[in-house]
Amino acid sequence: MARMKFLCDADRCIECNACVTACKNEHEVPWGINRRRVVTIDDGLKQEKSISVACMHCTDAPCQAVCPVDCFYTTPEGVVLHDKDICIGCGYCFYACPFGAPQYPQEGAFGARGKMDKCTFCAGGPEEDNSQAELDKYGRNRLAEGKLPLCAEMCSTKALLAGDGDIVADLFRKRVVRRGGRPDNWGGWETAYEVKL
Amino acid sequence: MAVADSLNKRKKMMLWSGIVILLAIIILPMSGYLVTGYEPNQQYQTDVENPRSDTWRQVRRGNEGYTAVTGQEANELIQSSGETWRQVRNGPMATYGSWLMGFVLLAILAFYVMRGRVELTHPRTGETVERWTLNERRLHWTTAILFILLTITGLSILYGRAVLIPLMGYPGFSLYATGAKFLHNALGPVFMIALFAILVKFFRHNFFNKVDLEWFKAYGGMVGDKHPSAGRMNGGEKVWYWALATAGIALCFSGLVLDFPNFGQERQVIQLAHVIHLTTALILIAFSFGHIYIGTIGTEGALEGMTTGRVDVAWAEQHHDLWLQEIREKNASSSDRSD
Repeated sequence: MARMKFLCDADRCIECNACVTACKNEHEVPWGINRRRVVTIDDGLKQEKSISVACMHCTDAPCQAVCPVDCFYTTPEGVVLHDKDICIGCGYCFYACPFGAPQYPQEGAFGARGKMDKCTFCAGGPEEDNSQAELDKYGRNRLAEGKLPLCAEMCSTKALLAGDGDIVADLFRKRVVRRGGRPDNWGGWETAYEVKL
Repeated sequence: MAVADSLNKRKKMMLWSGIVILLAIIILPMSGYLVTGYEPNQQYQTDVENPRSDTWRQVRRGNEGYTAVTGQEANELIQSSGETWRQVRNGPMATYGSWLMGFVLLAILAFYVMRGRVELTHPRTGETVERWTLNERRLHWTTAILFILLTITGLSILYGRAVLIPLMGYPGFSLYATGAKFLHNALGPVFMIALFAILVKFFRHNFFNKVDLEWFKAYGGMVGDKHPSAGRMNGGEKVWYWALATAGIALCFSGLVLDFPNFGQERQVIQLAHVIHLTTALILIAFSFGHIYIGTIGTEGALEGMTTGRVDVAWAEQHHDLWLQEIREKNASSSDRSD
């Protein structure tokens, strides 16, 4: 069975935020929460790079390890999902996650947290596939429909890849070979503007 | 003379040629720098300037970038400290914490089996003196009940996944944990107020002095048949006081950091606060086992002081002789004045 993976090609991402918008719209993500975000390093400088990041669906997920109620589970496809009926909104997964993926809607005074929300790799939750309950809690289950995550499908430069880890790795390997190993020799500003940076 | 002269000459020659050979050994291998020295480090420079390696180095260090998305620390791509926190919490803290509590409980049980209850050495006189005022007792029991509730709910969050989920199932434990989390968050600040009130109220009674040193040397009268002197608070009570005054205060403030995420404190601050909260809590819980044991089944006549407020004179004489003396002197002087 396929092992699902995300990969963001930092040399292709143009920080258009289409992945962020697509995800938010597709899943009707709660107010104040973004399951995916684009972070730009060295913004405005010549070495500027943008990377789109969401839950990376770790094999040994820190969120899963620290959850006091053990609400996380990994699907056979390697997607890390959680059960919102079990989640108590303690915030531990948010402390542990390296990618800042788990987020909480504010519920009540003093920043009391509601049920955690995070990227599902468009694979829904523990409810019946594509049921109304699953849609309400976790958003669309595109994997059950035979589709891949919408963020990657929408990516205009195909920087964001999602799917079977072997295929994703193959695609990326081909790109690296084409670029001649050195990403700064291929594409980017030098090709676009014919300037030596 | 001539033979000696030529011998000296030979020695000089040998010395000089030795020096020349040594210098050559040191200098000749450095001749390579004559070539490379003209173009200093040019080859290295191009390697250093790979922009992508610098990007990933920044990401790895948790440097902040720019993001259009609003949210707490959304501009930080990777924070590594969470994994460290996970290792510390799930590893040594949970493991040694349970060992500490288990060890203390076992030690108390072993002590009880071997030494038994510390009985009154003299029969009760029937005459009682006031040990704790009503206000002091209210304060004590408020703090004590809150401490026990916070201990149960707190330990449920730490060990519930391993211990309670097999018993209660996932939905059952989740329901309980929701309540436990709410109670813990709501009662924490109340406990803080009660604890601080107690620390202020008993502050002046808890300075260590020479009497306490003797008290510790005699193991507080718990081992052997000696009855070391003590004032209103004995050495053990003072240790418990200062444990609460140090670890307890750290526990409360780290708890506030965890309880009020609405101030936007960063994850690293929360992780540190959590480690402090857990360490101090486990230490105080282990301490409290000893306190509860000595105050209830460990010592005959101790509990009635905190429930009724009065203790038998025989008990006071045995455990707090200096304090009893003080009270008697005070009573004598006040009755003198009233006469």
